Amino acid sequence: MNDANSLYQDAIKQFAQAAHGHGQLAAATGEAKLDNPLCGDRVRMQVAVASGHIDAIAHETKGCLLCRAAASAIGARAVGQDEAAIESVATALENMLKNGAPVPADWPELSMFEPARAYPSRHRCVLLPFRALLAALTKSSRYSGAVTNPSDYF
Amino acid sequence: MAPASLRDEFPLLAATPQLHYLDSAATSQMHRLALDAVVRHETTRRANVSRGTYRLAEAADLAYEQARQTAARFLNASSADEVVFTSGATASLNLVAHSFGGTLKAGDRVVISVAEHHSNFVPWQMLRERTGIELVLIPVTAAGQLDLTSLPELIDSRCRLVAVTQCSNVTGAWTDVATLVAAARKVGAKVLLDGAQGAQHGPQDVRALGIDFYAFSGHKCFGPGGVGVLWGRGELLAAMPPFLTGGGMIGEVTAEATTWAAPPQRFEAGTPPIAQAVGLAAALEWMMSLDWPQNHAREARLCERLIEGLQRVPGLRLLGPGGGTASPRRAPIVSFEIAGLHPHDICQVLDAHQLALRGGHHCAQPLLAALGAEVCTRASIALYNDEADIEALLDGLGFVLRELA
Repeated sequence: MNDANSLYQDAIKQFAQAAHGHGQLAAATGEAKLDNPLCGDRVRMQVAVASGHIDAIAHETKGCLLCRAAASAIGARAVGQDEAAIESVATALENMLKNGAPVPADWPELSMFEPARAYPSRHRCVLLPFRALLAALTKSSRYSGAVTNPSDYF
Repeated sequence: MAPASLRDEFPLLAATPQLHYLDSAATSQMHRLALDAVVRHETTRRANVSRGTYRLAEAADLAYEQARQTAARFLNASSADEVVFTSGATASLNLVAHSFGGTLKAGDRVVISVAEHHSNFVPWQMLRERTGIELVLIPVTAAGQLDLTSLPELIDSRCRLVAVTQCSNVTGAWTDVATLVAAARKVGAKVLLDGAQGAQHGPQDVRALGIDFYAFSGHKCFGPGGVGVLWGRGELLAAMPPFLTGGGMIGEVTAEATTWAAPPQRFEAGTPPIAQAVGLAAALEWMMSLDWPQNHAREARLCERLIEGLQRVPGLRLLGPGGGTASPRRAPIVSFEIAGLHPHDICQVLDAHQLALRGGHHCAQPLLAALGAEVCTRASIALYNDEADIEALLDGLGFVLRELA
């Protein structure tokens, strides 16, 4: 248990521990790997998009609790959503962190990151998996067909 | 305990008695004398240097050149003309990589080490891309010290420069400079020492070290940010082309060609960091007034106590050599990993307990990879730290384990 102002909410620890979506896809249509050069956080995000919607998602995340919890939240909820919806939630999350905007309505679990508003240097930890997901979706829409050689994209 | 007066000599620490500042390897706190010197200069002598003939400009010139002489004394350089003011150690190292590096040709060998800060790594990779030099790495031991057993193969007749850290910013390991210098001298190679960490731990003697270049930063030596020093042997600087060009570094400019000023001005294009150099000189004067054997003994005691305490933390792995007095070849810089915990999370929890530590890769990714780590947490001890800081950190790690588990 912890108080509402604590950065390390139980929810963050639980999401990080659960690591929803951790792993690799056999046939991704888009993939991206992003680093945070400040701390070495690293996210590799894969998506399989069909008919404009995320059909499957997987990630490999090395990083702090905030980064891992954010990646896990994506793993739990992103399937079924389209690129516009992901872009919308990523923007809303950034606004929540940087400008005090409300928690994204469709992703209420992101309220676990509200205490991170007070720590600007940690915002990028939370946002990194979302940026990786958006990059993977962009690549998916740019290239048709499954990714057979992920190195083509790095 | 550190004398209360010592902590009180640092305005930020005096104003925040609850703060346990253990990140001096990144930036040391600034001594009151340095701050006062900057304020005094900016309020009584502010003018550009090497340009004006009015009395204010003459006063600025005098202060700036006196700062150069102070830096030369701090390094025991044979002449103040061997001291170039830069924006910091990174700029000093890049200067050598461009100017001295520009005299190298394809196939020449530059030897660095796996333990280098990126500031002494990337410039040489860039030089390799520009000129085709061969860049080879001295490996490190499991304890993070330079492994000098392979020197005869690495420092051979092709070697023109050995550029290594004086002291690792991750492990605190001091480099065996004498052995490296001897190997370099055998083949006529020059030696550059990155003193970014070493200079904080006392005045240097570049002539006794037998080296050719030495780089350090003001902000790690209790002085202001934005200023650093490159020391180079006079004959080497004189043979080197400029790095940056512009005002203040020329002999004569005509429509057809430009000639260069003599060192050190050749390497100080544009307006230099004048007040910062004056502030740095005040910090270096203060450092030169201290009893360094006593300081080193005290730092070693604190370091040893820290390592002893860390070794009792469940799941903690130390990166680097052993304890303080047991292993004199280490500076009071101690890095560690805790299984399952990310350094950013560790540092965030410690911050809530008034502890300032650095977590990450510390701009030394090749070294961390060699030590089997990607990131780590670092505590670095300086003159103003005391037993209370060490005990607070050890207590703080207990909070970390409880909060993040």
